[in-house]
Amino acid sequence: MDTLLLILLNGAVYGLLLFMLSSGLTLIYGMMGVLNLAHASFYMLGAFLAFTISTRIGFWPALIVAPLVVGLLGAIVERWGLRTVHKHGHVAELLFTFGLAFIINEIVPLVWGRIPVPYRVPPALDFPLFQIAGNAYPAYRLFMMAVAVAMFLALFATLAKTRLGLVIRAALTHPEMVGMLGHDVPRVFTLVFGAGCALAGLAGVIAGNAFTTEPGMARALGAIVFAVVVMGGLGSIWGALVASLLIGLVQTASIALDLPLGAALSRIGLEVPLNHLDDLWKISISRVAPVIPYALLILVLALRPKGLMGIRSA
Amino acid sequence: MRIPALAILATLTCTTAVSAETVKLAYIDPLSGSLAATGQLGEQHFRFAIDAINARQGAGPGRTLELVPMDNEVSPDKSLTLLRKAIDDNIHFVTQGNGSSVAFALSDAIAKNNRRAPNQAVMFLNYAAVDPGLTNDKCTWWHFRFDADSDMKMRALSDYLVSQPQVKKVYIFNPDYSFGQSVEKAATEMLKNRRPDLQIVGTERVPLGKVKDFTPYIQKMQAAGADAVVTGNWGADLALLAKAAGDSGYKGTFFTYYLGSSEVIAGVGPGGQGYAQISEYHANVGNKDLEAMAAAFEAKFHQKFFYWRVVQMMDMFAAAMKQADSSDPAKVGAVLATMKWKGPLGEVTMREDNHQLLQPMFLSVLEPAMPFTFPENKLGFKTVSRIEADTQKLPTTCKFTGPS
Repeated sequence: MDTLLLILLNGAVYGLLLFMLSSGLTLIYGMMGVLNLAHASFYMLGAFLAFTISTRIGFWPALIVAPLVVGLLGAIVERWGLRTVHKHGHVAELLFTFGLAFIINEIVPLVWGRIPVPYRVPPALDFPLFQIAGNAYPAYRLFMMAVAVAMFLALFATLAKTRLGLVIRAALTHPEMVGMLGHDVPRVFTLVFGAGCALAGLAGVIAGNAFTTEPGMARALGAIVFAVVVMGGLGSIWGALVASLLIGLVQTASIALDLPLGAALSRIGLEVPLNHLDDLWKISISRVAPVIPYALLILVLALRPKGLMGIRSA
Repeated sequence: MRIPALAILATLTCTTAVSAETVKLAYIDPLSGSLAATGQLGEQHFRFAIDAINARQGAGPGRTLELVPMDNEVSPDKSLTLLRKAIDDNIHFVTQGNGSSVAFALSDAIAKNNRRAPNQAVMFLNYAAVDPGLTNDKCTWWHFRFDADSDMKMRALSDYLVSQPQVKKVYIFNPDYSFGQSVEKAATEMLKNRRPDLQIVGTERVPLGKVKDFTPYIQKMQAAGADAVVTGNWGADLALLAKAAGDSGYKGTFFTYYLGSSEVIAGVGPGGQGYAQISEYHANVGNKDLEAMAAAFEAKFHQKFFYWRVVQMMDMFAAAMKQADSSDPAKVGAVLATMKWKGPLGEVTMREDNHQLLQPMFLSVLEPAMPFTFPENKLGFKTVSRIEADTQKLPTTCKFTGPS
């Protein structure tokens, strides 16, 4: 029971973190049809900016300022970068974000060095909150969850309840019509791109000190965020949420499980012929944990190419 | 304007005095990526050692050593490309330490290269890759190791662990590559049937440098009731593991190979009292020469001195070159292969049969109120036992022949 609770808590933290990244990515894709390959780089920028700001004026201002700066950078990139290449089609846009990722990933080590920076959890949140089965649960983890949930609620409220949200949702499906009704669609695009990047930046701010802030963090998370977005269905916020939590939970649970692969499969009703590929079935699930999100991705794409909640096919 | 003129004059006098030669040493280790901090710390120690050797002409009159750092991102593939590049650039000496998987690839490629092109022969100075295979079944004559191998270390570490009566349940936790597998195997064998109340409650390997949150693993150790963790993890991985242990209030003791770098200590926190390490050096070994050296290193790089073995290796390497009066790797190797060297901590010997250095090792634990403590957690290493060089000799399966 306690183990289950721990899996749920850890899985939720990781899942919500993935969601903070993937929500921005899927929003941008849904609206502009651009898969922003530099998205994880904005996440990294958020963490490094938060480190610099927190050493000057503290963590709390950094929590607000760093995502805003990253969002502003995102908006600038959209306004003077993406929009210029937009007329050359989606491939050009994709290549643009691909190049941008490289540039950011090279600039960061030039500015902050190649080794991890000492970005620490603020002392006010650096204490064990409660105990589960002898494990202290750090207060900061709960704070991470709270920030992610608050962000999701704010995002959802904005999209569903406000006039701006109405325009954004309309621009998602009928950009020309929205433009003809007198709304500045390009500006909405800039806003959405900036907001998506700011969300990634926010994820960087709260995850950078819980884990490590180092120049390889974008690459480490980049691939899995794409897996989440594709699995959830490109452009679907709900899909991103479900896929993020699913991957978070599955990955955390697979670490906790020591069952060999074969035994685990037979437990869910799949008998494997033990005389074939013997070694494979003897590997414990915890050791294949890093591959599981991608195996899930392939499974979802095979059974439902649109993704879990997607409307159009990937 | 006077300074350049003087500098030119100085260079002229130098070059005319003795025939000058620059001997390049390729340093192939991670300088970017999640384990970059470890590679950079190593590079600083090499620079420190080389500067001192050059200042005293330690490699022989007119011979200057030069470090050529190459970033391999701990990838064996990338390392082989870099080795090729080093050979093309006429570099005859290569050093590497992080990742036995890399060391196996380099050692194998170097042996092949040296068979094919003896005039382009390369010597491999290994300062930290401790998989026993490198000096056993996969040994080559061109490879010299200056750190105790993982079996030698595990013998000392397991002896200490067994002597601790409060330790009953052990969790073996390692990085998932050749070195981690060796540590796991050694630990399992050496802890088995040692004490009736001692049991291994879990064995696990994780990908190197990939895990960012070790909390689920700590919770697993907790659930298994482990009161001791034996780990060969290093660098950022060990720092994050220790950090997760601290954050989760884990009370077990860590028995490690690589606890002593500042990066790891920063993750350990004040809860690390009693954590153990097996190493060839720590700040409280009580030797004045090494204390002065550590202070000089710290003044220069603003980092704690960690790799004494790098300095010792470079000193021995330079001395071998001076004695051979040559920078030909075959000749330097021939001297190094039987070298006895008076170090500040005692005599060290290179084993001729497998090129493994035998040197005194220290089993130490983190304790408060030591002469030298880490500012991060106010703890410092205290020697529990000193393991003499000649007692560490293990049988070897190595069979090699030197260059003819």
